Amino acid sequence: MTPRRIEFEILRYDPDKMQKPEFQTYLVPCEEDWVVLDALNYIKDELDRTLSYRWSCHMAVCGSCSMMINGEPTLSCKSFVRDLPNQVCIEPLNNFPIERDLVVVLDDFLGKLNSVKPYLIPREKKSLEEGVYLQSPAQLKKFKQFTLCINCTLCYAACPQYAHDENFVGPAALALAHRYNLDSRDVGRTARQDVVASNLGIWECSFVGACSEVCPHGVDPAGAIQQAKIASTGDYFMDLILPGRKS
Amino acid sequence: MSRRPYFRTVSRYGWWFAHPRYLRYMARELSSAFVGAYGGLVMFALWRLWQGEAEWNALVGFLQSPPSIGFHLVALAFALYHTITWFNVTPKAMPVQIGDRQFPGGIIVGTHYFVWAVVSLALFILAGAGT
Ligand code: SF4
Ligand code: FES
Repeated sequence: MTPRRIEFEILRYDPDKMQKPEFQTYLVPCEEDWVVLDALNYIKDELDRTLSYRWSCHMAVCGSCSMMINGEPTLSCKSFVRDLPNQVCIEPLNNFPIERDLVVVLDDFLGKLNSVKPYLIPREKKSLEEGVYLQSPAQLKKFKQFTLCINCTLCYAACPQYAHDENFVGPAALALAHRYNLDSRDVGRTARQDVVASNLGIWECSFVGACSEVCPHGVDPAGAIQQAKIASTGDYFMDLILPGRKS
Repeated sequence: MSRRPYFRTVSRYGWWFAHPRYLRYMARELSSAFVGAYGGLVMFALWRLWQGEAEWNALVGFLQSPPSIGFHLVALAFALYHTITWFNVTPKAMPVQIGDRQFPGGIIVGTHYFVWAVVSLALFILAGAGT
């Protein structure tokens, strides 16, 4: 089959030479089975070596190739060119500062991930000799869905709440906190609540639901946040009825 | 090579036109204004009823006018949109797991409609008993 020629309009930014980002157009002969990432690699190899973008796995598991494709936050390695029109607009992820071309600054997101203590906080630490923390399939199922996050930050790019207040902890970090809170081996919920149940945590979310629509792995962060809201509301009423209770 | 990250700004207003999913969200938010307005109208009607028969009859006359019927139709459309979109997301907010089986979302949504129908029916019967 002859390759289809697709015009890629790519937002470029070189901090050394440019005051602000500008679009540059490339005409790429695309094979039927290509994804957008293949087209970017073609541009880099054949047309313009200066183009910068992140990628690693080329199979939708590393989460590094996120960008805006025709206005939609998308993994470029999961976006087939056969599903796209003859003109494609590529921009760096929305809601993040642009480092260079399609590379964005992720420091803020990484800080937020860290802030929710995204690791197991067991009741009693076991030594290696004592073996693993056991869990039944039913207990695992309670949170399995929320373990599937690949930190691609597409959900942050889709979230208007994060766009308007960068202090919002945001979908993926809150979903990950929920994942550990639901884990039968974990007792860290109280320690996470300061961040999770704050005004900048779950209560900043107004349930637009865009995060869950763009998530490439069906994590459903919006669902996680609403579940956490219900649980926190339960805490509030329990504290009213039983002041000083141990949570 | 230097670092000089470029910050793009988002418009405070008008961002909801950027994508249909934001418009759908704003429509849902707007629907609560109509639900609230209708709630206000019901409270107002109760107050008129308490004032006496003449006031109540004047209100009933107004309720039968074309602008009032127009408002009720629009409010009904928004209330339905509000309710349906709300019920549809309940399985996400309140998932039920029994053993290692996840309860089908359809049943959780269906239960909401069922309870709504029962409560509505009860209200109709009560209202009928009062006349
Ligand atoms: S929740 Fe989904 S969209 Fe958000 S970072 Fe994780 S995988 Fe990506
Ligand atoms: S390159 Fe790894 S997710 Fe796309």
